[in-house]
Amino acid sequence: MKTMDALLAEVPTFAGMTTPQLEFIAGCATNVRAADGERLFREGDPAEVFYAIRHGSVALELHLPARESVTIDTLHDGDLVGWSWLFEPFRWEFDGRARGDVALIRFDGACLRGKCDADHELGYELMSRFSRVIISRLQATRLRLLDVYGVGAPV
Amino acid sequence: MVPERFRVADRRQETADTWTLELEPVDRPGGFRFRPGQFTMLYAFGAGEVPISISGDPAVPERLVHTVRAVGAASGAICRAEPGRMLGVRGPFGSHWPLGDADGRDLVVVAGGIGLAPLRPVLYEILGARERFRTALLLYGGRQPDQLLYSQEIEEWRERGLDVEVTVDIAPVGWPAGVGVVPDLIDRARFDADEAVAFVCGPEPMIRFSAEALIARGVRADRVHVSMERNMKCAVGHCGHCQLGPEFVCRDGPVFTFERMRAAFGLRDV
Repeated sequence: MKTMDALLAEVPTFAGMTTPQLEFIAGCATNVRAADGERLFREGDPAEVFYAIRHGSVALELHLPARESVTIDTLHDGDLVGWSWLFEPFRWEFDGRARGDVALIRFDGACLRGKCDADHELGYELMSRFSRVIISRLQATRLRLLDVYGVGAPV
Repeated sequence: MVPERFRVADRRQETADTWTLELEPVDRPGGFRFRPGQFTMLYAFGAGEVPISISGDPAVPERLVHTVRAVGAASGAICRAEPGRMLGVRGPFGSHWPLGDADGRDLVVVAGGIGLAPLRPVLYEILGARERFRTALLLYGGRQPDQLLYSQEIEEWRERGLDVEVTVDIAPVGWPAGVGVVPDLIDRARFDADEAVAFVCGPEPMIRFSAEALIARGVRADRVHVSMERNMKCAVGHCGHCQLGPEFVCRDGPVFTFERMRAAFGLRDV
């Protein structure tokens, strides 16, 4: 059975971090499973945790008044789920739901924030890595804003 | 340059604004032979002529198949053509997807929106000789589920050995496939980038970001092939309407290597 720091090393966001750093983070991490359809978090609830997907897929859902609820993103093996734990007011901005059975690593956000406060080098490293994830999602959102499929000539 | 007569044999609606027409040649015994990626100039008498990629099976020359999106007077008239109506056809024109380059390699087919139509002949050829390729992968993106083409056929392709991943920009809760952009599909798709050949077709912004994602994965730029859609009029490289830098898209394309087109994607306001 793999140790938690070995599992963390397989998550792209943590790849290449030093063994002491991974062991340090592992103290805030737990292996969990979610069944198909299980809600991992709900919009407006306190965001005390975040996840890394080991196997499976998670849908981010947005519920709108007087409109059909929509899935705005699906996340897959290796993806991080959630950064609301990083910033005040520490509340989820979407619902997260398991699509099929999902294996995840769950992180205690307060625990990790505490470790980042205590070890600024680790904090800087993690913030850099999370920023890359956030930028990647922002770029994908910008691409969708182009609505590339909505215009153009017949093919 | 003179259109030949083709009779509409079948017509079916794919999405709210897109129709597939099956045409039978009236004046061409032996059927209409073409290579995947080529296009015709399709003429609705009295309305106008538009370039439309061929979306049928190259092994079935007795039926010329086009999937057409109604966006203007001519394409709208073509989409409204009922079985029995006559349309004019010139062609086939243009370059083709270089399937031979993918023999023994991983073939990654990347389509966006109606860009799946010019790639469907490739998929028929793959499924007709699946053993020619190692991995055969279709990555298909669209705006939302009801705007995807050939939904039922995609399931059949899966059952026949094609790996298919679908994503949309937004979907109702419960949509079983992905939500996100095509480059994200490329990032997580399973193929050997060193040995991959890719064919990409769709809106040009999607082509650009997809080609860049393929190259970032390690696919060689000269093995990424793209289909360009420009304002083609004469289809034989005379009128210049489709000129893009030194290339006439109708004559030199529409299928190019991304390497050859890379500079064009960086041109502003073109």
